[in-house]
Amino acid sequence: MRWTEYAIAMLLSSGVSMTLLYLLERTQKWLPFNPQKFGNVDPGLAFGTAASFTTNTNWQVYSGESTMSYLMQMAGLAYHNFVSAAAGIVLAIVVIRGIARRETEKLGNFWVDMTRCLLWVLLPFCLVGALVLVSQGVVQNLKPYTTVDLIQPYTTQVTGAHGKIATQTVTQQVIAQGPVASQEVIKEFGTNGGGFFNANSAHPFENPTPFSNFFELALILAIPSGLTYTLGRMTGSQRHGWAVWGAMAFLFLAAVCTTYWAEAKGNPLLAGADQRVSALQAGGNMEGKEVRFGIANSVLYATVTTDASCGAVNSEHDSFTPLGGMVPLINIMLGEIVFGGVGAGLYGMFVFIVLAVFIAGLMVGRTPEYLGKKIESYEVKMAMLAVLILTFTILAFAAVSVVKPYGLAGISNPGPHGLSQILYAYVSSTGNNGSAFGGLNGNTMWYNATTAAAQLFGRFLMQIPILAIAGSLARKKIVPESAGTFPVAGALFSGLLVSTVLIVGALTFFPALSLGPILEHLLMQAGKVF
Amino acid sequence: MKKNLVTAVWFTLVTTVIFGLIYPLVITGVSQLLFPGRASGQLIERNGKLVGSRIIGQNFTGLGYFHSRPSAAGAGYDSTSSGGSFLGPTNKTLIDRVNGDVQKLRTENPSQPAPIDLVTSSGSGLDPDISPAAAEFQAPRVAQERHMNPGEVGRLVQKHTRGRQFGFLGEPRVNVLELNLDLDTVHPLR
Repeated sequence: MRWTEYAIAMLLSSGVSMTLLYLLERTQKWLPFNPQKFGNVDPGLAFGTAASFTTNTNWQVYSGESTMSYLMQMAGLAYHNFVSAAAGIVLAIVVIRGIARRETEKLGNFWVDMTRCLLWVLLPFCLVGALVLVSQGVVQNLKPYTTVDLIQPYTTQVTGAHGKIATQTVTQQVIAQGPVASQEVIKEFGTNGGGFFNANSAHPFENPTPFSNFFELALILAIPSGLTYTLGRMTGSQRHGWAVWGAMAFLFLAAVCTTYWAEAKGNPLLAGADQRVSALQAGGNMEGKEVRFGIANSVLYATVTTDASCGAVNSEHDSFTPLGGMVPLINIMLGEIVFGGVGAGLYGMFVFIVLAVFIAGLMVGRTPEYLGKKIESYEVKMAMLAVLILTFTILAFAAVSVVKPYGLAGISNPGPHGLSQILYAYVSSTGNNGSAFGGLNGNTMWYNATTAAAQLFGRFLMQIPILAIAGSLARKKIVPESAGTFPVAGALFSGLLVSTVLIVGALTFFPALSLGPILEHLLMQAGKVF
Repeated sequence: MKKNLVTAVWFTLVTTVIFGLIYPLVITGVSQLLFPGRASGQLIERNGKLVGSRIIGQNFTGLGYFHSRPSAAGAGYDSTSSGGSFLGPTNKTLIDRVNGDVQKLRTENPSQPAPIDLVTSSGSGLDPDISPAAAEFQAPRVAQERHMNPGEVGRLVQKHTRGRQFGFLGEPRVNVLELNLDLDTVHPLR
């Protein structure tokens, strides 16, 4: 297929499967595997969810355990975890083919690529991985929810209609169940991130033990990290693959260390409680974190999931300290290229590689070359288009949300944190991440419509310019390497790539960050609450 | 275009059956065969009645029981509405809630000061564990309420403390429901 036909096939596949998902959501009441008798999903939410799962974002403004039937979870949502992941991977492969092939229009067949990827890459790992997760305690059944009797019933106060406070005695607990493990494994392996339950990977049925946590982290990074090796292998320049990997690993480690530092220090406003790290407790800022994960594993998960465009969470990013929460935000803002989503991370990084090579070319005054292909104005224009579409989508939607009442209505944490919440919503949607500062009430007409639009722009308007570059590169001749060729392997290139990523990210987002998390950090240190 | 559209429809239908139905049902069958307890939520039965899941937390308010962490899931430990508080670090609601709980724990417990996990809500709202520090903090109160020897309570806490997995993964923790069930067996409340 030419790049245009490949793009059309990809868009048709996404369009058809998105329509099917929407129809399933709208009719789940009448379909099987619905033991809790959930009703049909509302049109706005159904559309938003369909867009979000088709684009590998998995932004969720519903609680899975009280909205979606088991059929929806299996054939609707988990299914999209497979196909959206495969669509990302095959696109990365096309980009690599564009670099490696010469003087051809042919980039491969979308349907063949998809089938191979689904059957020979994703399925075998998921069959084994799901059972590993079940062995740790991730549930996998089709039972209705289980009701248990509490050994110590208790009374609680609930706010009823008209704000009346009533006392209620609780004697039972309803334990939500479901086919979780089969979805959990592809949620991580395909960097999708949509939780079966509302609490996502913080839920003990999705992530019961420290080992399941570690296993999920490894699954998230496996494909995005491995694709840099594929890049080196297919282009015949293994050292280039490692240089790209090195740049990613550097940005990853910097993020983990910063977040750990911020979270382990704890929240100075909660000085009444004991936040010290000791042999008996993890200490630090434990709001929104699980005891079994403590600070270290929560922070590691937060970094991995935002670097890798996964969006699964095992702690609530909204409750992180200002600087601790800023790092996940920055990770996504950089364009989901620190390993990034399956495939999406590599083709996202490819944009920055083109820019880095171009900038290096400008500095030495030569036509930039990349693995034997001349980088000309067409490629650089398309790369800049991809960068601009992402930043424009994020900043424009966020700007409207912070001045209009329907945007401000979603904020749940007042003060500078409110800006961070809105920013995170659009950064996460556009970057196809799907994690959230979860307090934001995103289930409104405005947020459903605009986050869905942001997800679709962030996915498809980014993929098309990138496919265009791949098509253009494949048509070119190979230029033999000479003494003047800028090397794309080694630490120098990694450094240049990291700088390009940071400069583009910082120039675009620093003003917004300084008014959100940075300001909140300073005010928190001064003891101010909102 | 038309050819690709037809392929897209067939591709979606066939893959939906394989990955949306056959795959999860096979996994369900094999899991139920290999790990029947774990795949069904590790439910605990006492005297013929289901009393909870080993890995889903419950709310305890009686002074003779070890208390779990505060929960933001529904009205508290509601497993049909999992989730955290989503309160930001400078939100007055959070600061007031934590400080209020610190005060309350101060009046209920002789030990000082309250460990942080005991006054913060978890991400899932269903955290089954507390830190060993939080168990140690509550042990004197429980011993007093149950008229038990503090050493005996301490031994039970030790018994239900799990270290890091394989010695290095995760954090040490105490399972609240299992500990309380054991307390009721060893030394029932009178």
